[in-house]
Amino acid sequence: MGTLDSILAEHPFLKGLAPSQIELIAGCASNVRFNKGDYVFREDEEADRFYLIRHGLIALDVFVPQRGPVTIDTIQEGEVLGWSWLFPPYRWHFDARALQLTRAVAFDGKCLREKCDKDSRLGYELVMRFSQIIMQRLQSARLQLLDLYGDTTRK
Amino acid sequence: MVPRPHRIENVRRETHDTYTFDLVPADNAPSMTYSPGQFNMIYVAGIGEVPISISGDPLEAQATVHTVRAAGSVTKVFCGLKRGTIVGLRGPFGTSWPMREAQGSDVVVVAGGIGLAPLRPAIYHLLSYRDNYGRLAILYGARTPHDILFPRELEKWRGRFDLDVEITVDSPGEDWYGRVGVVTTLIPRAHVDPTETVALVCGPEVMIRFTVMSLRDRGISPQNIYVSLERNMKCGIGLCGHCQCGPEFICKDGPVFPYSRVEPFVRVREL
Repeated sequence: MGTLDSILAEHPFLKGLAPSQIELIAGCASNVRFNKGDYVFREDEEADRFYLIRHGLIALDVFVPQRGPVTIDTIQEGEVLGWSWLFPPYRWHFDARALQLTRAVAFDGKCLREKCDKDSRLGYELVMRFSQIIMQRLQSARLQLLDLYGDTTRK
Repeated sequence: MVPRPHRIENVRRETHDTYTFDLVPADNAPSMTYSPGQFNMIYVAGIGEVPISISGDPLEAQATVHTVRAAGSVTKVFCGLKRGTIVGLRGPFGTSWPMREAQGSDVVVVAGGIGLAPLRPAIYHLLSYRDNYGRLAILYGARTPHDILFPRELEKWRGRFDLDVEITVDSPGEDWYGRVGVVTTLIPRAHVDPTETVALVCGPEVMIRFTVMSLRDRGISPQNIYVSLERNMKCGIGLCGHCQCGPEFICKDGPVFPYSRVEPFVRVREL
């Protein structure tokens, strides 16, 4: 197992995958680095990758006219950035910007989709993992909408 | 039942709507002793009485400290009071955070918004008796960076080598380079051993419910999760029934409960 294989095998997101599956997806992976302020991707660009963040912090921004970029979420070490590569039309919905020096493993989405088409078991495993993340992020977003710490006397 | 006159010795503005008051007995007698998690009923003459948690260090005997958010009719007036004003205090009432029971364990403190104030005495205790506890993690969520309570203390705690402090905001400003998202997102990565952890949680009740879910997902047992509940308290001594939640009186059986004890009742909407 190469270095990238062992990094991936230890990552919580990929825990439980068979060594052969790790090897398959490692074939679509590479180490990347972003400096503070670098954009990882921009809204409406082709969503051709996703990232496992190994170190650092990424802001998910929405650009709002007259307000500028508004951060709606942050993705930190150990977390996964990006799921638009999974679903047509494969376009990013937000900007992702490094708030500090960030190191990640980037996965080529097209490469992975092709491998998942050939290996449905691998595809199932990845979709189940991404579904879990999507569910957690949706739950958090709903809680954020509640404005829990706001004025409780408002009706 | 009779409020004891206390003089406002000092007022500190924490955020745009939250103030911390140092109160001393008007007759210059020694200040009350209390345990972390307890509260007083504070009486503002001609306006009314409210339950406010004590937010100071139980080992500092000079004053009784309360952090108050201007949210209702009494607290809005209270937050406008100046040094020297006399208010009435009844207490301390209620149960306390399980500082003795948590000895030997890792402790994770999860606070949301003004919920950091009732937890601050527990944090002071944990730090004063640091050797009695395992790993410590403070996880704090606020609405915006401007709503972060006790920012200087949080910075000081974050600078320690024997404690983890993580902060997140729901809605950042322009100059915020930290985490964005609800406080529950901090739980999966807290550096504690879930099988040996006691959790102390305080904040809006919805936040408490979802925090407990996340803590349980981490493997922390509900018997080791303690929450501070807030309901409409009037007498503070278990007589009027206003704060009753099922068989429990928040004022005298709480406000601090092991979550397993109140779990059957907190989800009942009629309560």
